[in-house]
Amino acid sequence: MNVKLRVWRQKNSETEGSFENYEARDLNPNMSFLEMLDVVNEDLTNDGSEPIAFAHDCREGICGTCSCMIDGKPHGPETGVATCQTYMRSFKDGDTITVEPFKANAFPIVKDLVTDRKAFDKIQRSGGFVSVRTGAAPDANAIPIGKDIADLAMDAAACIGCGACVAACKNSSAMLFVSAKAGQLNLLPQGQPEKDTRVLNMVATMDEAGFGNCTNQYECSAACPKLISEEFISKLNRDYMSASVKKLFKAKAL
Amino acid sequence: MILDSKIPEGPLAEKWKNHIARGKLVNPSNKRKYEIIIVGSGLAGASAAATLGELGYSVKCFSFHDSPRRAHSIAAQGGINAAKNYQNDGDSVYRLFYDTIKGGDYRSREANVHRLAEVSMNIIDQCVAQGVPFAREYGGTLSNRSFGGAQVSRTFYARGQTGQQLLLGAYSALSRQIGLGTVEMFCNQEMLELVVVNGEAKGIITRNVNTGQIQRHSAHAVVLGTGGYGNVFNLSTYARNSNATAAWRAYRKGAAFANPCYTQIHPTCIPVSGDYQSKLTLMSESLRNDGRIWAPKKLGDKRPPNEIPEKERDYYLERKYPSFGNLAPRDISSRAAKEACDEGRGVGETGLGVYLDFSDAIERLGEETIRERYGNLFAIYKEITNESAYETPMRIYPAVHYTMGGLWVDYDLMSNLPGLFVMGEANFSDHGANRLGASALMQGLADGYFVLPNTIPHYLADVPREAAPSIDGPEFAVAELEVRDRTNKLLDNNGTKSVKSFHKRLGEIMWNYCGMARTKEGLEKALELIPQLREEFRKDVRVPGEGKELNQSLEQAGRVADFLELGELMCRDALAREESCGGHFRVEHQYPDGEAMRDDESFAHVAAWEFKGEDKVPERHVEPLEYEETKFTTRSYK
Repeated sequence: MNVKLRVWRQKNSETEGSFENYEARDLNPNMSFLEMLDVVNEDLTNDGSEPIAFAHDCREGICGTCSCMIDGKPHGPETGVATCQTYMRSFKDGDTITVEPFKANAFPIVKDLVTDRKAFDKIQRSGGFVSVRTGAAPDANAIPIGKDIADLAMDAAACIGCGACVAACKNSSAMLFVSAKAGQLNLLPQGQPEKDTRVLNMVATMDEAGFGNCTNQYECSAACPKLISEEFISKLNRDYMSASVKKLFKAKAL
Repeated sequence: MILDSKIPEGPLAEKWKNHIARGKLVNPSNKRKYEIIIVGSGLAGASAAATLGELGYSVKCFSFHDSPRRAHSIAAQGGINAAKNYQNDGDSVYRLFYDTIKGGDYRSREANVHRLAEVSMNIIDQCVAQGVPFAREYGGTLSNRSFGGAQVSRTFYARGQTGQQLLLGAYSALSRQIGLGTVEMFCNQEMLELVVVNGEAKGIITRNVNTGQIQRHSAHAVVLGTGGYGNVFNLSTYARNSNATAAWRAYRKGAAFANPCYTQIHPTCIPVSGDYQSKLTLMSESLRNDGRIWAPKKLGDKRPPNEIPEKERDYYLERKYPSFGNLAPRDISSRAAKEACDEGRGVGETGLGVYLDFSDAIERLGEETIRERYGNLFAIYKEITNESAYETPMRIYPAVHYTMGGLWVDYDLMSNLPGLFVMGEANFSDHGANRLGASALMQGLADGYFVLPNTIPHYLADVPREAAPSIDGPEFAVAELEVRDRTNKLLDNNGTKSVKSFHKRLGEIMWNYCGMARTKEGLEKALELIPQLREEFRKDVRVPGEGKELNQSLEQAGRVADFLELGELMCRDALAREESCGGHFRVEHQYPDGEAMRDDESFAHVAAWEFKGEDKVPERHVEPLEYEETKFTTRSYK
């Protein structure tokens, strides 16, 4: 199969970018989208041009590095997959495919299709952990955790930190990302002691980093390669509300 | 070169305890005066950085990724071993130790492996306390499954994404320390050179991959947790950017490289489908708990699997290894798959594949249970192949997955270069000639959380409590110049062939001659071909773009240049090891039934290679392996 590509090219964060057109020929439908870009890049290199920079690493949908906006959808047309798990069989012969980076104020463009998502690390640092010293843990079976709770925590923990939720949101909100990490830890008994400070700090850092507000339209959840449920956003709102009220009234833990 | 393993005296089970109890310490108020560079933020790097930062050292952690969470530990699927005996099935520290020694085909150090088995339990405790959502039973206790090479269920798991959850646990601990200011994190920084001052490792040179800026960093000690070198084969289950450059630069600066020929070929990966392919995807070994592996009995049987009657199927692992069956270790299972395909009984379009069949398990347990256990793996399989493994058997074939070899380290995880420590897959120490499933995560976290934090003071206590060497010193200037020279040479080469084309050709040489079965002739051939290819690369590689910004071709060029040297060392090591052991199978050394024939008299040792100069023949040194507790036996899984 053959496709035409409209690809966002931008030299660096300082310069303006624009779309360039390319043709990708003789593709195998079982090729991944990134393998198709490899082929285009190999041609560009052989022609003496500069290949398209795109973020990628594990190519099995778990590292969260790849991040292409394909025809206006984060990670492309299929549901519940990352860009690297999108295959050319999802497109038709002769299609024109538009490829852009994940755009958001909090994700500056580094080059072409590569963005800087360090803002997510900042949020994680402000509360996405349980404070436990190495070596200070009790026996692993000392804390029984019901299977339903463990499974829900795992659903949230599946987040790969790719930023599709932000790219899909018209306000560039990071609520799904924050709610997944806070939700995982706040569901578990290990996370209870820091439950309130966690949500307060993570939400404050999210706001500072320049992410927008959530208006509960859940485009994030639909675009998430791990299909993380918007119900975690509801949980984050509940946890945040409760923590804010307690903070406002300086409530004791009685 | 002196290779002193520094294994402590005393009975095996007491060594580690005594070693910690008697080792030197650094006073809590002095710890902050010591700077430690950690390269890599995977399981080993992140856990070590978090723990050392928490202890009070001044830690600088480097990753070439945009975030520490992207390290390839994240892709490990199946699980992590620990001798908890929560299943009451007879497990113990000794049994985990014994299984690992035997699994490694008697080519690992007893003392290291015993320590690994001991701390395995602390790892699980630690991870649970961090909030790692391991699978649980309805009563709320932790669930286990079994893995290859073991007859007990000691593997803890988080669906099919255990590596992700363990790495995110370590990343959360690291994030906390970064927030507290004990660890300084340097993302998008690739280590391109090691700096040695007065014979000791004291710094690194990095390139910021986004800006091209070359930087010098100094410290009192340098720790590498930079992973394995399987991408030398080009096609592997590694992430595309995984590379050996940090380890290779250390080797060229004097650190010995141990057992480079020990590579693990994983038996259950999705077969290659075309020439364009950029990577191979693993299907977790845990699938072998419920899946049955078979190939048609008839040569060239092209019928769809469902039309091949039961009596015309060869469940070859169950036939050859009745007591371990489908859970035979990886090296054995991989070779058996290769044999079936070499005989002409392979399946799929290319004939390079065998079936992994779940129909019995689905009948016995129901589709829902199978979905719960392996749902995400079946989904990955469907995405890639467009086939449903609930309806038709998976097609699998072996692929390069892990490297047991790596930089030589002593019991304290310090290389022969003082001040240079190496952890996780980047070192060589714990898996011998073959790694058992669910042991890589165990080793990465053992090294980072529990071993290195207890051994690094043994070195630091004797290092003067003064500032780390100045980055203005001559050693740093020279190292930086080397990096600039190499980078500029690649950019100015103006050749005609892409980096990728060279990587592909190297991968083909390595897979054909240094893959699952190796011969003297083949290895000698590879030792002719690789230097030729390297020469061609130096003359004719084309690296487009500039050095002052993100340039992925340049990054790859540097890595492939190093692979072109490392590949040769691997072949050299494979040629010198005139025996078959674990993942290293020399066709000349096998029993009449095709099983690997070890030569304990001549080869019960670690081979550690010393760099002797550009394009010169390296020197092979030997560290004998002494077995006090276990006796050499022919590994049998029959």
